[in-house]
Amino acid sequence: MADQKDAETIPITVEFSGGLEMLFANERKLSLSLPTKDKEGNHVNVAYLIDYLCEKEMKDPRRDLFVLDGSVRPGILVLINEADWELEGEDKYELQKGDNILFVSTLHGG
Amino acid sequence: MSVIDSLRQQIAACEAQLATLRQQLAEAEHLQLQSRRQAQEEVQPATFDPLTHDMSYGIHDDFRSEVFAALSHGDGSEQPPRSRWPLDKMEYKRYGRQLIMPEVGLQGQLRLKKTSVLIVGVGGLGCPSAAYLVGAGVGTVGLVDGDTVEESNLHRQILHSTARVGMTKVESAMVALNSLNPNVKLVPHAARLTPDTALSIFKDYDIVLDCTDSPASRYLISDTCVLLGKPLVSASALRTDGQLMVLNNPPLPPGDAAGGPCYRCVFPKPPPPESVVSCGDGGILGPVVGTMGVLQALEAIKVITRGVHSSVRGPAEAPSLLIFSAYATQMFRTIRLRTRKPKCAACSAQATVTPEALNSGSLDYVQFCGTINPVDALSPNERISVENYAKLRTGRNPITGTEVSADSHVLVDVREKVQFDLCSLEGSVNIPFSAVSRLRVGDDAVKIPATEEEERWIAELKARGDKPLFVVCRLGNDSQMTVKKLKAMGLDNGGQRWIGDIKGGLRAWREKVDHEFPDY
Ligand SMILES: [Zn+2]
Repeated sequence: MADQKDAETIPITVEFSGGLEMLFANERKLSLSLPTKDKEGNHVNVAYLIDYLCEKEMKDPRRDLFVLDGSVRPGILVLINEADWELEGEDKYELQKGDNILFVSTLHGG
Repeated sequence: MSVIDSLRQQIAACEAQLATLRQQLAEAEHLQLQSRRQAQEEVQPATFDPLTHDMSYGIHDDFRSEVFAALSHGDGSEQPPRSRWPLDKMEYKRYGRQLIMPEVGLQGQLRLKKTSVLIVGVGGLGCPSAAYLVGAGVGTVGLVDGDTVEESNLHRQILHSTARVGMTKVESAMVALNSLNPNVKLVPHAARLTPDTALSIFKDYDIVLDCTDSPASRYLISDTCVLLGKPLVSASALRTDGQLMVLNNPPLPPGDAAGGPCYRCVFPKPPPPESVVSCGDGGILGPVVGTMGVLQALEAIKVITRGVHSSVRGPAEAPSLLIFSAYATQMFRTIRLRTRKPKCAACSAQATVTPEALNSGSLDYVQFCGTINPVDALSPNERISVENYAKLRTGRNPITGTEVSADSHVLVDVREKVQFDLCSLEGSVNIPFSAVSRLRVGDDAVKIPATEEEERWIAELKARGDKPLFVVCRLGNDSQMTVKKLKAMGLDNGGQRWIGDIKGGLRAWREKVDHEFPDY
């Protein structure tokens, strides 16, 4: 039984905007299936997702254009189901089935 | 009586009635014209002294307007009420289409008329937003920009024109805006916004539009708006995307948690400078930035007509970020933003951004946001000037003077493919810098194997492995990074093969060698 539960995954959508898609082979939208628990057995959260994206999905070696000092770099907004992640607990937010996580890089042109 | 006869009679009767009405109208118009002429003659300097007028018959006409003005307003700064209506006759006509909307109405139009808007940046965002705000009858519009109009601006900066290339953007915009609506007062500030001028410029305005193009100016504008209590409509655009936020709305004093968040609340730290892409480097589609500018004007009109002045303002909308993606299936999406950050450096009770700090110049926005140093990654013997490279192409080694064959070297152009397709040097191979950046070195290369496409690039570079390899790009920065990368990948055969870049890139090539090479 326990094994079966561990094998469960959390389907989520990840989207990129404002140029971040270029770091992910120009994919604006990814459908991911994450394990429910991380190595320590904790429920996976946004911090886990960011790590996962860097390790598994990012096609560009320039990691510092996405992460810096263990979190997303300044100038990137993380939106959990269309709301600023600061409203949801930032990277501690525990991912739920069907969540939409949007990473937006600020633009500066005008 | 037949139906036809009956209709004929009815028509005849209506026509008679119509004729009578026309007669009456003509008479009424004639009378009105006469009485107006009379009134004008009376306002003309009188041939007799009005002071001799017998006051027992009432106030003399020459004094009447002054008396009315004194009765209706305490201060003499207001214009005497010329008409019975709050707006001029012209204004009812000009603004009629928006006046009849409940969102504007008379109250909204009067609010627009007494509001002054500051537009910082008269480019792709500032042009359309200024046009709509001036068109809508805002009282005063201030324009801040230190740049002059360039040809490459014209596809998106709709107030400027071919004939006005070289003119300051502020002047050029004023020409266009004045012809659009001469009733709006335009105030030029034809210089780049700096920390020491920001407060003195902003203080005279009610609402500010950030239409600039750099992180440093965005923080400066937001800070100034917080310090002076002005709502801020901020937008930006690049390539096919745009973003829009209404900040510091309501514009309550720092420390008041009920005020709207500021730019620093949303972005406490500036992005690393190498992640900032300009329209010049990344490109921009005219209607994309235009859409964002138009939306800025719309948000400003919403804030103004709701009552930016009045103490009983309607409830401000919850802070949000609008994201526009022209090529996504969902073009617009709105994201809920946080409220004011309790520790914000600008709008919290613990703010370190103060008017004194701003005026004294102790807040260095350029340093805060960082700058990219000009790339200087290579040693002189890894570089060649465009002049020497030109000689080499003609078949002579510029250093030894010996003859070289046309197939003497490999030239790699690392501009993106779209640019390469616009124009390129004959015989050059295109390997876009984005692809070069993705090529992995050392541990990374082991961890993630190269894709098929990447294998192809590498094979392309390894081909003719005995020939020196020259790298060229648009400006001469990416080419240096590429040389470093290629060497790290071992493509120089342990130093046996020369790999270097062409100094100053294709810009230098155009300036010094081939003036016909396109400038885009
Ligand atoms: Zn703030």
